[in-house]
Amino acid sequence: MALTNYILVCGGTGCESAKADQIYKNLLTAAQASGVGDTVQILKTGCFGFCEQGPIVKILPEDSFYVQVKPEDAEELIKEHIVKGREVKRLLYDKSESKKHARVEDIQFYQKQFRIVLRNCGFINPEDIDEYIAREGYVALERVLGDMSPDDVIQELKKSGLKGRGGAGFPTWLKWNFTKDVEDDEKYIVCNADEGDPGAYMDRSTLEGDPHSVLEAMTIAGYTVGAQMGYIYIRAEYPLAINRLKAAMQQARDYGLLGEDILGTDFSFDIEIRLGAGAFVCGEETALLASLEGNRGMPRPRPPFPAVKGLWNKPTVINNVETWANIPVIILKGGDWFAQIGTEDSKGTKVFALTGKIRNSGLVEVPMGTTLREIIYDIGGGIANDKEFKAVQTGGPSGGVITKEYLDTPIDYKHLQELGSMMGSGGMIVMDEDDCIVDVTKFYLGFTVDESCGKCSPCRVGGRTLYNMLDKITKGEGEIEDIDKMHQIGKAMKKASLCGLGQTAPNPILSTLRYFEKEYLAHIKEKKCPSGKCKELISYYILADKCIGCMACARKCPVAAITGERRKIHRIDQDICIKCGICYETCKFDAIYVG
Amino acid sequence: MAEQKEKFTFSDELVSYIKEWKQKRGNLIMVLHRVQQEFRYVPKEAAERVAEMLDVPLAKIYGVLTFYHYFKIKEPGEYNIQVCMGTACYLKGGDGLVEELENVLGVSEQEVTEDGRFSFESVRCVGCCGLAPVLVVGEEVYGKVTKDQIPGIIAKYQ
Ligand SMILES: Cc1cc2nc3c(=O)[nH]c(=O)nc-3n(C[C@H](O)[C@H](O)[C@H](O)COP(=O)(O)O)c2cc1C
Ligand code: SF4
Ligand code: SF4
Ligand code: FES
Ligand code: FES
Repeated sequence: MALTNYILVCGGTGCESAKADQIYKNLLTAAQASGVGDTVQILKTGCFGFCEQGPIVKILPEDSFYVQVKPEDAEELIKEHIVKGREVKRLLYDKSESKKHARVEDIQFYQKQFRIVLRNCGFINPEDIDEYIAREGYVALERVLGDMSPDDVIQELKKSGLKGRGGAGFPTWLKWNFTKDVEDDEKYIVCNADEGDPGAYMDRSTLEGDPHSVLEAMTIAGYTVGAQMGYIYIRAEYPLAINRLKAAMQQARDYGLLGEDILGTDFSFDIEIRLGAGAFVCGEETALLASLEGNRGMPRPRPPFPAVKGLWNKPTVINNVETWANIPVIILKGGDWFAQIGTEDSKGTKVFALTGKIRNSGLVEVPMGTTLREIIYDIGGGIANDKEFKAVQTGGPSGGVITKEYLDTPIDYKHLQELGSMMGSGGMIVMDEDDCIVDVTKFYLGFTVDESCGKCSPCRVGGRTLYNMLDKITKGEGEIEDIDKMHQIGKAMKKASLCGLGQTAPNPILSTLRYFEKEYLAHIKEKKCPSGKCKELISYYILADKCIGCMACARKCPVAAITGERRKIHRIDQDICIKCGICYETCKFDAIYVG
Repeated sequence: MAEQKEKFTFSDELVSYIKEWKQKRGNLIMVLHRVQQEFRYVPKEAAERVAEMLDVPLAKIYGVLTFYHYFKIKEPGEYNIQVCMGTACYLKGGDGLVEELENVLGVSEQEVTEDGRFSFESVRCVGCCGLAPVLVVGEEVYGKVTKDQIPGIIAKYQ
């Protein structure tokens, strides 16, 4: 019997953790039970990007987009949608829509997106190589091995203008060219899948949703620079991605696309997976190589750059997952095609993990040059819970904040840097009025202090000192001189630290001092935390005109700090209160005031 | 003492894994991952055995074990609860979850409850920021967790 429908169930980490696998199994069972087992194909795909609304199920050809699906909804989806051809309205994303279908194109979240890196995520079953091949997978490799010289490949990359997506933004063609030009019969290709930014999961989703794109690209690089061996250095915390990569590698070997004599040529190349072990600094390329060699992941000075002296002192091309995923498309469609997308300074697209106080949190891919406003408001749907936008943080612990005045800035490497932030790997964290800038900055510094490998003192000592100052400020013990001191220490760290971690660790401070100095001053001079986050600087009060004496707060207070009789105004004893905020969350009458 | 030895016997699979990896360069971290997978942490006896099998100094093994957060050299609780303290989860109240776990379990991070049943640690982004704040127990991921759900979640494993 011919297939009439495809059902795509999201198998990304977000949806998997919300029982997507059970939905998938229930759909299979329900399809069998309803006698449509032969006419629908049910697949598990990679992340659709719309994780906030997960688990996601999409049904083709209608393109119906079902959100927040539960395992017990499976039967209804089969019986109604598949058997009777009626959409299950209550599960559609936009239920109010009068249109017949809520198609993917109708969903604003997807309208401004442009997918190169995530081209297959959510469309194919990542565990089946045939589906990758059906969408022009491995055609680029075939073309490279059949018709292109290594220099042709480099030329194509050069035309494309592709820059590294791992943070530094170094032109990819140049890196490959360095390695290609070194005479050595032992060279290596490395994929950096250590994804260290603590609020970002672009690389994880790419690997989970489309592992072959990375394998194909690494093989192309092997041919181009003359390497026979590649390593994928991936966080051990990403088991799903690791398993999908392993399966993909095996399938590629079975198809003659990896291993000995690839596609019948005399070119051989293989890939191995190596696990990281939870050290942020190992995302830095020289530390990563030390870790690959089985050592403590300590960075070393550059030059020499890995392109010339890398793994086991051999020339090594190391690129980020997202950089890799762009390559087959550049070969297929040409460097000129790629270079039309984006801005003068930055070509192609960028994937962001849009998170924080945003309505539609998820994974978005947009052309370079898209504005922050478009991403946050048009794609992300604005700030959650109707709060006021405060800032957006990019570049993770190495980056900085961007404020309301700059929301119309087109995003590319240059503009972000001018604003004192950076592209980074793609974390984009939205903050609202409730978030305290000093507190968030302290969070980032705490992170880099924890993760400093301790090898050089500017980073080890400077970072700790900065953290301690921020800590003091959040406790109301800051002094006005601290601001100058932080500037000085920050500048010294940037200059004298050995690796990117220490060189960029002060960025969150320098950037927030630039845009939010007032907020620092409020903490230091007035001993106040304007957003009410820093516990030592706030008190909870009960507003006499709002309190109706329902006693709800008094019952919940863990330390019995609230007194008052029924229907009488309640009072908080400041000496007992531990500022847990439970009363604030409990009161239904907005009678608790934080100040 | 005999019992101790018994406890950390390497399974045949582990032994053949180590033998296979012994041939490869840069194998130490992969081997330690495999050991931790077997024992949930890397006990001293196991580290010694690895030193012997791979022919590397014990000091180097400890150098590596202590450098990487992922490796544990102390036995964790039967259920090791992971609280995400990635940026997205932090902004959405991950720190509150840590405090609440301290209260409910009566231990601080990396410590084990007296009955050996629970321990907890904060980890970096677990990759479901859309569900922030996130807490992981074993294979189970809990999303959009609030403080008052914590006792209930723990009770499930008691
Ligand atoms: C502290 C630090 C952490 C880094 N973490 C990562 C990371 O998690 N993933 C990544 O791809 N690059 C990371 N990088 C950048 C790498 O050093 C390197 O530039 C990158 O892997 C090169 O690939 P690309 O040219 O494709 O971007 C980090 C750099 C520093 C200084
Ligand atoms: S919950 Fe609100 S209204 Fe009720 S007693 Fe407390 S402060 Fe008053
Ligand atoms: S903040 Fe917490 S401790 Fe203080 S009064 Fe409210 S509930 Fe009680
Ligand atoms: S994990 Fe399912 S949409 Fe992202
Ligand atoms: S920050 Fe917690 S899941 Fe990403």
